[in-house]
Amino acid sequence: MIEVRGLRLRYGGVAALDGVDLALRAGEFVALLGASGSGKTTLLRSLAGLEFPEAGQVLVEGRDMAAVPARERRVGFVFQNYALFRHMTVFENIAFGLRIKPRRVRPGRAEIARRVEELLALVRLSGMGGRYPDQLSGGQRQRVALARALAIEPRVLLLDEPFGALDAKVRKELRHWLRGLHDRLGLTSLFVTHDQDEALELADRVAVMRDGRVVQFDTPEALLAAPADAGVAGFLGDAVPVDCVVREGRAWFEGLPPVAVEGVAEGKAVAFLRPADLLAESGDGGARVVAARQDGRGVRLTVEVGAMLLEATPAPGWVPRRGEACRITVLAARVFPA
Amino acid sequence: MRRPTEEAPWLRWVLCLAAVGVAVLFLVLPLVAVFAEAFRRGWGPVAKSLSDPDALAAVRLTLLVAAIAVPVNLVGGVAAAWAIAKFDFPGRRLLMVLIELPFSVSPVISGLVYVLVFGAQGWLGPWLEERGVQVVFALPGIVLATIFVTFPFVARTLIPLMQDQGRTEEEAAATLGAGGWRMFLHVTLPNIRWALLSGVLLCNARAMGEFGAVSVVSGHVRGETNTMPLHVEILYNEYQFVAAFAVAGLLALLALVTLAAKAMLERAG
Amino acid sequence: MRRRSALPGLGLALGITWLWLGLIVLVPLAALMLRPWELGVAGVWASVTEPRVVAALGLSFGAALGAALVDLPLGLLIAWVVVRYRFPGRRVLDAAIDLPFALPTAVAGLALTALYAPNGWLGAPLAEMGVKVAFTPLGVAVALAFVGLPFVVRMVEPVLRDLGPEAEEAAAVLGATRWQAWRLVVLPALGPALVSGVALAFARAVGEYGSVIFIAGNRPMESEIAPLLIVARLEQYDYAGAAALGLAMLVLSFAFLVVFGLMQRRLRRGVA
Repeated sequence: MIEVRGLRLRYGGVAALDGVDLALRAGEFVALLGASGSGKTTLLRSLAGLEFPEAGQVLVEGRDMAAVPARERRVGFVFQNYALFRHMTVFENIAFGLRIKPRRVRPGRAEIARRVEELLALVRLSGMGGRYPDQLSGGQRQRVALARALAIEPRVLLLDEPFGALDAKVRKELRHWLRGLHDRLGLTSLFVTHDQDEALELADRVAVMRDGRVVQFDTPEALLAAPADAGVAGFLGDAVPVDCVVREGRAWFEGLPPVAVEGVAEGKAVAFLRPADLLAESGDGGARVVAARQDGRGVRLTVEVGAMLLEATPAPGWVPRRGEACRITVLAARVFPA
Repeated sequence: MRRPTEEAPWLRWVLCLAAVGVAVLFLVLPLVAVFAEAFRRGWGPVAKSLSDPDALAAVRLTLLVAAIAVPVNLVGGVAAAWAIAKFDFPGRRLLMVLIELPFSVSPVISGLVYVLVFGAQGWLGPWLEERGVQVVFALPGIVLATIFVTFPFVARTLIPLMQDQGRTEEEAAATLGAGGWRMFLHVTLPNIRWALLSGVLLCNARAMGEFGAVSVVSGHVRGETNTMPLHVEILYNEYQFVAAFAVAGLLALLALVTLAAKAMLERAG
Repeated sequence: MRRRSALPGLGLALGITWLWLGLIVLVPLAALMLRPWELGVAGVWASVTEPRVVAALGLSFGAALGAALVDLPLGLLIAWVVVRYRFPGRRVLDAAIDLPFALPTAVAGLALTALYAPNGWLGAPLAEMGVKVAFTPLGVAVALAFVGLPFVVRMVEPVLRDLGPEAEEAAAVLGATRWQAWRLVVLPALGPALVSGVALAFARAVGEYGSVIFIAGNRPMESEIAPLLIVARLEQYDYAGAAALGLAMLVLSFAFLVVFGLMQRRLRRGVA
């Protein structure tokens, strides 16, 4: 559907893209996840024809896009700050891509109006067509940007940090709505984010980027279960790195019970421990509860083990108190040689 | 209780009065003097000196010169701003410096350089003269000198604004299928229209009011190569003070209108 | 290497720009650079060191510097009042600052002459105090201060506006008096802008012609400015001599601007 092979691009000597390969299947919803500066936005812009890689190919439906300018790619792009045309109303913004089509293929005036109204209804902004961008809230602007991108019936929808500029509540709402829209319209979408919750929750597959490369491209489940390397493991799921030694198929910690590991060379290693990996039970086991806090998914404990502070999950039925002694069991760990 | 970042009331008063005093005595009074001198003997002499054929010829020439110089600088300025604000290319900073250059050159030198190229002993003067083309002491020289002194106005009002606006709106237009002209006309131009108009106004005011540069290349032929500012000088040197101040008043009016329009545009933009 | 961009039109825009710049500015300025040397190096030197030329250059640069230095406190005062205080007439004051920009120079020259002439509104009282302005070097400086004032105000204004009250509040909390806060916090922050304002006012004043020649009196060796001498040489068809003087003015003002630039760098280091 859309495929990238060996893309390379440097900015003033620094590699922004350093050999990126990625292939999207039709109908997929894919997240590009990475820290800032990892090259995700550059990759997105290269797909849209806004940046020009020095090497590699961008293929859309099997066709090389190198010589195709942005305006002929039919790629829907939702910009990070939306890039709405300030001097145009919402209606005019959405109609822009239709009005500027060559006369032969341009829909009639009534048809354009009908399509825009349809899109306005789709993004739940019916009746707002006459407003200007600066009269809208952040979430509304975001939806206008989306409607504008959809108006040209794009072959692929690219979104650059689509929820980045919104507050937490609006962000949550829009996420699920966007995913629903994607499924309903049968789009192929690629969105950039630095928020792993967003990526893991929404996407069919997640491409993790680092230093201009895709280091792992897989389903959220697979990413969490089998991170490709220490970097990915550390990046996902609030994991805390803890030094350990691998011997006889187990990882041995200081102050924590050992845990079984597979396929890791013997010797010094780093284990990445997530809150869900550590079960805390009442009783004297060398650990102590420093803090307990309720979050949306349950109780999370901060426990002190020797000199380390770790996040853990309390055993069912136990109500921990601050300062209480406890015992930790390591349920699982992703271990990489140090 | 006064805030710690506020001056004592008496000091505020003194500073305000001092500032207003400086502005009135130093900036506003000269303007008032122009009109006072012009109307010293009432409307009659003013009307008479403004309807004098030489004065009318000067007005016509000034309008003609501005009508050529301003569009040239409009096109050049917009092109330069588009290149500098929306692209990265080698020599971009040099280009910015060069565009500002005419502002740091004396008006007299701005005229002088054209005499050096096109004058009777200039590089091209004799060659052009053989072919019956006169540049210096004729309309082309006046226009060239005017373009030179008003050269940076449009570009320098547009560049900071266009840099601020960045390129994402244009990029959005490109992903939606817009080509170059459409992108410029429908997306860029509406965003810069007020600044553009303001730049054109300033350019025009300077073009109509330029004295030094035009004085060097004009030859001061009455009724032919005299612009309004030059006409003012001639009248003054002939001790026709009321007439001189009447024409000067007309130019001052132009300046006031320009200032008012600029203030309005700043509020609109 | 030029980076490719998704936006079109760079080639066309650059083509127009360089054509416009080259024909209007660069080729003519090249003439100014090259023509003086027709006189030979010694001839150029002799031509720009004639006593009358030296006197004119001295007046142009001296009066410009003096005028710019007078503009410094006046501009700072006006900028401060316009930015910090609210009072009736502030808008008008703000608009009046640009008058010297907008007023054609010949008109300004005429008006200043009328005002400061011995029988003028300001000239008469000053004459009674024994101060002659019009037709003296002092008159030249007054005209130059007039054209330069807006440069100082307009450079300082935005910096002052951005400065906000926080730094001064911090100074006050730390125990500074209002005057200390102003001298130690506000003034240093404005330093670079003040210097660039003065530099711009100076650069404009050095080459000024229209607003000066009416009020100057134009007596050789006393109140004759350098640009006027260029005009005089041109009228005698002494192209090379005029070009030599023009080039000398450019070189001198460039040297001054370099000095201003260095001052600004030093001040900025203290701020940033």
